[in-house]
Amino acid sequence: MSGVGGLGDFWLTYQSTVAFVGLNGLLALSVYTTLSCGQLSLAQAGFMALGAYTSALLTLHTSAPFPAVLLAGTLAPALVAVPLGLPVLRLHGVFLAIATIGFGEVVRIFFVNLEATNGALGLVAIPQRAGLAGIYGALAAALFVLWRIRGSRAGYALEAIREDEPAARTMGIDASAYKLSMLVLGAAFAGLAGALDAHFSFMVAPASYSFGRVVDMLVYAVVGGSAAFYGPVVGAAFLTLLPEVLREIGGRLGLEPGPLRLFVNGLVLLLVVLFLPNGLVSLPRRVRRYVAGRRAEAHAP
Amino acid sequence: MGQQIVNGVFLGSIYALFALGYTLVFGVLDILNLAHQAVFMLCAYFALLLVLHLHLPMFLAFPAAVLAGGLLGLGVERVAFRPLRGRADSNVSGLISSIALATVLEALALQIFGPDVERFPFGIVPDRTLHLGDAVVSELQVVIIAIALAMLLALTWVVRWTALGRRIRAVAESPAAARVLGVDVDRVIAASFFVSSALGGAAGVLFGLAFNNVSPDMGRTVELKGLAVIILGGMGSMPGAAIAGFALGLVEVFTVAKLGSSYRDAVAFGILFLVLVLRPRGLLGSRALREA
Repeated sequence: MSGVGGLGDFWLTYQSTVAFVGLNGLLALSVYTTLSCGQLSLAQAGFMALGAYTSALLTLHTSAPFPAVLLAGTLAPALVAVPLGLPVLRLHGVFLAIATIGFGEVVRIFFVNLEATNGALGLVAIPQRAGLAGIYGALAAALFVLWRIRGSRAGYALEAIREDEPAARTMGIDASAYKLSMLVLGAAFAGLAGALDAHFSFMVAPASYSFGRVVDMLVYAVVGGSAAFYGPVVGAAFLTLLPEVLREIGGRLGLEPGPLRLFVNGLVLLLVVLFLPNGLVSLPRRVRRYVAGRRAEAHAP
Repeated sequence: MGQQIVNGVFLGSIYALFALGYTLVFGVLDILNLAHQAVFMLCAYFALLLVLHLHLPMFLAFPAAVLAGGLLGLGVERVAFRPLRGRADSNVSGLISSIALATVLEALALQIFGPDVERFPFGIVPDRTLHLGDAVVSELQVVIIAIALAMLLALTWVVRWTALGRRIRAVAESPAAARVLGVDVDRVIAASFFVSSALGGAAGVLFGLAFNNVSPDMGRTVELKGLAVIILGGMGSMPGAAIAGFALGLVEVFTVAKLGSSYRDAVAFGILFLVLVLRPRGLLGSRALREA
């Protein structure tokens, strides 16, 4: 009905949705990276903020080329992750989760109070340098790194640590070093995503790096399935596209898109944790097994 | 000075109530219930609805909301925790499922009540003030502190001296041993959730009255403060949570007075972080938490 304009609008929303699928995939991978050795780190929004602010400040105040800016945005949180991880990774389970929530909040409050970056308003008018190619290139690079780790010596060590850390230590695996490396790698992924996001959506503001943001990332990783390295990306894609579909339906029913997105995120996460502990990527195998079971039943005398 | 102590104790009493709920469930199950903040928020709305639409006086709406909180806690346990019991990773998956449930409840509140802040009608609570030395105390503050202290004492009494308290402590010590000794572990866990969520609901109503602010995201900041409080007090330690709640309230009020309000929240997380790194068992915790 709206002709060419409508089509243009459609492409605009479509394009940014595709970009957010990639960015959220990268963020989900950053949570997965520490989960892969059994550690639940919720500092990821803080790392993302560090990457976003570092890169945005470089672009706004220097003439550094974009790849160098991205590199800086990746390395800054990775460097911060080392002194953070040394004490914090001695904690386990929910204690690690709480300590890293604390870190993320301190980073956010730091930026809220930092005059140099306009406090709570944040930085605006950042030139748009990142496009779909950059975002998906970064996602592919992250997936490649994780794919190479899987099946390597380090990959088996991580799996051993995840299953039983004291046993892994007994086998001579330097669990502390592995856990720290994965925290640093996850911080680098989050920083890279933050830097790309800043140069895609024109702005960075502390409100985007709240506890809710890291919960979103965790939801992607868990819903997709953290047993396989590509699971988090599947989860991110599913949960980023689902609200777009539901927005249409919800609009007709008179539901607000904001609460609807929250509701669906929460509900999907709950159902997956309760009924599909290995995430969406385990669904095909579950279905196959179910079908095979039914067939065997049918053939039984 | 005196004024700040009064304000700190007032804020601290709400933190203490909220955190006690966390710590009760953690002590029993070793699981962090992150849906606690949603119960906190929903109970504040429940009390508000009773006052606005049924025109109930506050002294009836408050206990009704506390009861509703307890019942909601039973639901939370049923939906987010019971199905996971016995799974190897139930600590972390329980944390995640409770986050999920909290998200669902918050979305429902957003849909039903909208994102705007709602207020209790004027005059629903006494607004006279008293003078204590150089400090001005509103009657509301006195009532809130008194209710919080009374609930703290009641909880201590329940846990220390009643049969239910003995069973709760037995399950906290070892669910398997408690089961062997004839304790109905599932019921004890459900009861702990009831008590915990009733406290969380009470904290929600009192918070809503104290700051005259009821909104779908009111639980968010209190949730994170509550985590700081239970870590500071020592996970699973109820006296620790109470002391740490008052301590955090006082520290925050003095931070605002000395450094300005912008660093108030950073203080809580700074403390949280230092405690976890330097003394992970907290003030009164007894267990070696690095093994957890």
